[in-house]
Amino acid sequence: MSDFPHTPPKMSWTFSNDVNAEIRRAAATGIYDIRGGGSKRRLPHFDDLLFLGASISRYPLEGYREKCATDVWLGTRFAKNPIHLDIPITIAGMSFGALSGPAKEALGRGASAAGTSTTTGDGGMTEEERGHSKSLVYQYLPSRYGMNPDDLRRADAIEVVVGQGAKPGGGGMLLGQKISDRVANMRNLPKGIDQRSACRHPDWTGPDDLEIKILEIREITNWEKPIYIKIGGARPYYDTALAVKAGADVVVLDGMQGGTAATQDVFIENVGMPILACIPLAVKALQDLGMHRKVQLIVSGGIRTGADVAKAMALGADAVAIGTAALIALGDNDPALEAEYNKLGTTAGAYDDWHEGRDPAGITTQNPELAARFDPVLGGRRLKNYLKVMTLEAQTIARACGKNHLHNLEPEDLCALTIEGAAMAGVPLAGTNWIPGRNGGF
Amino acid sequence: MQTFDLSKDGLRALNSSLHALKGQTNMTAWEVINPKGAHAIAAGVDAPVEITVRGSTGYYCAGMNKQASIFIKGSAGPGVAENMMSGKVVIDGDASQYAGATGRGGLLVIKGNASSRCGISMKGIEIVVHGNIGHMSCFMAQSGSVVVLGDAGEALGDSLYEARLFVRGKVKSLGADCIEKEMRPEHYALLEDLLRRGEADHKAKPEQFRRYGSARKLYNFNIDNAAAY
Repeated sequence: MSDFPHTPPKMSWTFSNDVNAEIRRAAATGIYDIRGGGSKRRLPHFDDLLFLGASISRYPLEGYREKCATDVWLGTRFAKNPIHLDIPITIAGMSFGALSGPAKEALGRGASAAGTSTTTGDGGMTEEERGHSKSLVYQYLPSRYGMNPDDLRRADAIEVVVGQGAKPGGGGMLLGQKISDRVANMRNLPKGIDQRSACRHPDWTGPDDLEIKILEIREITNWEKPIYIKIGGARPYYDTALAVKAGADVVVLDGMQGGTAATQDVFIENVGMPILACIPLAVKALQDLGMHRKVQLIVSGGIRTGADVAKAMALGADAVAIGTAALIALGDNDPALEAEYNKLGTTAGAYDDWHEGRDPAGITTQNPELAARFDPVLGGRRLKNYLKVMTLEAQTIARACGKNHLHNLEPEDLCALTIEGAAMAGVPLAGTNWIPGRNGGF
Repeated sequence: MQTFDLSKDGLRALNSSLHALKGQTNMTAWEVINPKGAHAIAAGVDAPVEITVRGSTGYYCAGMNKQASIFIKGSAGPGVAENMMSGKVVIDGDASQYAGATGRGGLLVIKGNASSRCGISMKGIEIVVHGNIGHMSCFMAQSGSVVVLGDAGEALGDSLYEARLFVRGKVKSLGADCIEKEMRPEHYALLEDLLRRGEADHKAKPEQFRRYGSARKLYNFNIDNAAAY
């Protein structure tokens, strides 16, 4: 070796260890990586926003003394029976099949105790969930697994799923390991096969058809139920406008941080937009149509705290939905199970092979022994606690901004820490009056 | 016979009246006049009644039907009898696309032709088409039976699961994982029954049909099948 200094080994940013590992994995297995959850990228998010709080020009409300309301009405446009929730944090659609029966029961228990709704998923309505959910939203999906008019009429609202944030333009997937006898029976499929849910609805294409489809659903349910339309964060301005045109009572908008039971990693990480970028466009569409607050907007994708709730609502949402966070509240990815996660080749916090059905927490599984580990009563209590804490957090912020209802939060209460956040949220960069992109179109 | 003038009294009143029928109602015979292509006619009925629609219908006529026998004396628009649970729907004319989509039970008889995607994603319904069916019919069909007296368009039974397809005429092409299968005695018996109930036994005999079903090669992902995806 020469005594001269030489260039130390230099890793490539483009070909990082993670990238190289995936190339090797693909070469060895011949299949793309499939996983659960939403995007794991560092994305522009609510963390890029701050509330300004009260000052001389704004006066705050007294915490614990002055009222800050949190309730929300959903479905006031056309439905005879709109839903009234005590808190604006709903539980997003997650299927029986992806989740165990006890986990679905816990979601119903927790949501009902906290005064909010839960949502079925791509596997039909289970008795566990219907029985324990005061307000249950029934998803109407392309697969139509388990779809029937009796469950439509037993639902409190119906959500026509066009897309979801983890995979706008993609269908569902439930691998054979999770197709138990009960799941197979509910979906009219052979046991043990890989089940693909279609990416498009089988009997309508485009907004004109969708309007007629909604008419049919309203006729079948005697115009009683609110009709939601769920869209992934792809083209939120136009999709929101078209959903309104098609007759939606509620638009559910899911950003790319929103989770899925199982999809290709390449899809999750490369298709769709973060929820921060989606909300202002959807709100603008509603405002342009004169329908803001008339057609309610529920947003989801990476909602974790009361601060996230407050920020989403300040940007114009009427409510939010949580999925991944609800699973964590139930006990998913708990470090107490670290030894078992290690046996699966992962670690608590990173476990995302939900499609394999080997979840040691007993939540994302159809294995009876694993599912039996999960206590739905305790799970429901944990979810209720978490929802209550989020609500208190959002109220704390709203009072500090002088608002006596979470719906009174507004973009003027916000500033952004990053240029990206400012541009996407349409609020000024902190310490400036600069909103990138304003006066220049979007 | 209850006669309902749709052009006069409107869709909401019709469906409200039909939904109000429960159990052993005495009002078992209904006639809908002046349908004029309206959508969602007799959608969501759940009673053992007979409904005759005198004319052609728009989208989703007889959608999610349970128990009722619905006769369309004309042609049907897209999605006729979609997600039917039980009962019977008989169309004298042609049916547009998605006929019987996702149907879980009951019998759909189309005396004319059916357009594309007939029986898409079907889950137990029985469909008898006296004429031809269009492209991509029975896509991702899960269970149930389809009988076609005429020809089938391109990509019949693409990504088929366990539905049974019987075609008397030509099949332009089969979709991914759909193959011709042997006709065994139980299939002849099934066909004979379906032709009789589908009011087609005077037009065709079971031995004139070929059977198509799933090769079951796409049931579990295999990279070596990637060209089929």
